[in-house]
Amino acid sequence: MAATVDARGLSCPQPVIMTLDEIKKGKDKEIIVLVDTDTSKENVSRAAESQGFRINDVTAEGEGYRITMTKG
Amino acid sequence: MKGKNVFATRWGIIGVGACIGILAPLLQKLGNPGNMGICVACFERDIAGALGLHRAAVVQYMRPEIIGFVLGSLVAAYLFKEYRPRAGSAPIVRFVLGVFAMIGALVFLGCPWRAVLRLAGGDGNAILGLLGLTFGIWVGTLFLKKGYNLGRTQATHAAAGWMLPLIMLGFLILAFIFPQLEGQDKNGVLFYSLKGPGSMHAPLLVSLVVGLGIGFLAQRSRFCTMGAIRDVVLFGQTHLLSGFMALLVFAFLTNLVLSQFKMGFAGQPVAHTQHIWNFAGMALSGLAFALAGGCPGRQLFLAGEGDSDAAVFVMGMIVGAGISHNFGLASSPDGVGPYGIPAVIIGILVCLFIGLTMRRKSA
Repeated sequence: MAATVDARGLSCPQPVIMTLDEIKKGKDKEIIVLVDTDTSKENVSRAAESQGFRINDVTAEGEGYRITMTKG
Repeated sequence: MKGKNVFATRWGIIGVGACIGILAPLLQKLGNPGNMGICVACFERDIAGALGLHRAAVVQYMRPEIIGFVLGSLVAAYLFKEYRPRAGSAPIVRFVLGVFAMIGALVFLGCPWRAVLRLAGGDGNAILGLLGLTFGIWVGTLFLKKGYNLGRTQATHAAAGWMLPLIMLGFLILAFIFPQLEGQDKNGVLFYSLKGPGSMHAPLLVSLVVGLGIGFLAQRSRFCTMGAIRDVVLFGQTHLLSGFMALLVFAFLTNLVLSQFKMGFAGQPVAHTQHIWNFAGMALSGLAFALAGGCPGRQLFLAGEGDSDAAVFVMGMIVGAGISHNFGLASSPDGVGPYGIPAVIIGILVCLFIGLTMRRKSA
């Protein structure tokens, strides 16, 4: 089961804080983050990669993006 | 024009910082005030003066750089399909933060951009300002860790996001209709300084083109001077910091080449030596920028890509400049204004109130 972080409509640095909080919980190997700006997409991906996560997929969804990442 | 955004890479942000670091001292060489090749707060203050929102005769000029920042970002956002009209994340709070960010900046006499340009020009007082900025941002990160959040934006009409760019376009048209006339302090609806920093400026078209270029690059790279420090404190990330440091290094080198480097504390251009208030003014600004999610430049770039809340912050800064000069809050080379100190204290209290009371409901 993947955890989902909905950071749509939130501005910098909230999407990164929420993603890192979810990573810290350490419950799920897969995390899906929803964002609505390119800046958030880049920031969230950069932060997740620095925590040893791999960005598997980024798809356009509605007005934003769905980022799928897995540990290791 | 999609695909990988090279400007968002490490070398991309360094390149953008380096570009700004070279262009700002060049603008100074071409006429802008000392260690003020670019200062977002000072230039918005000059715009407030040009419009007559304050009547401080030495700081009145419709600065094309600011107009260029917003319009350059708008062009980049449209070109790369990143224009996202959005609004509704506590606009009145952002307005208040903008007002106090400006009040703090005008006690120090510069925004984070100018703080680093002052340092690159040898002004030691900038060290106090940068320490204050870092302290203010650090306090902001404590609130962020405790769940401080101004809430979500909503998607809105494309035209809603054009409001600030259209206002800037209007300012530009005014500058063309009512250009500066030799020896006259007013032409039509615009005020012009005959002496002081407001009288010093690079040629209009040069300033505009540089502003447009920086606006374009900064939108692509997400360049942010507040975020540079915040991300290190909050996440240990040095991505944005590398752009900020590149700005410092290249501005220093460019100043050396242009013989604009002069080290010292006393007698620096548009600066005072009251260390505590240089520190405290910038601490207030740093806290307000951290709570609003971006430095004054970044707020202009965000407004260009459709963020109406950032636009409201910008309007807060312009109004804040009017308040600063009308009420004697702004400093001058002689030192802080008569009411500058109480204004900084009130500003810090207001920011603490905002940080303490506006938290995400626990999920």
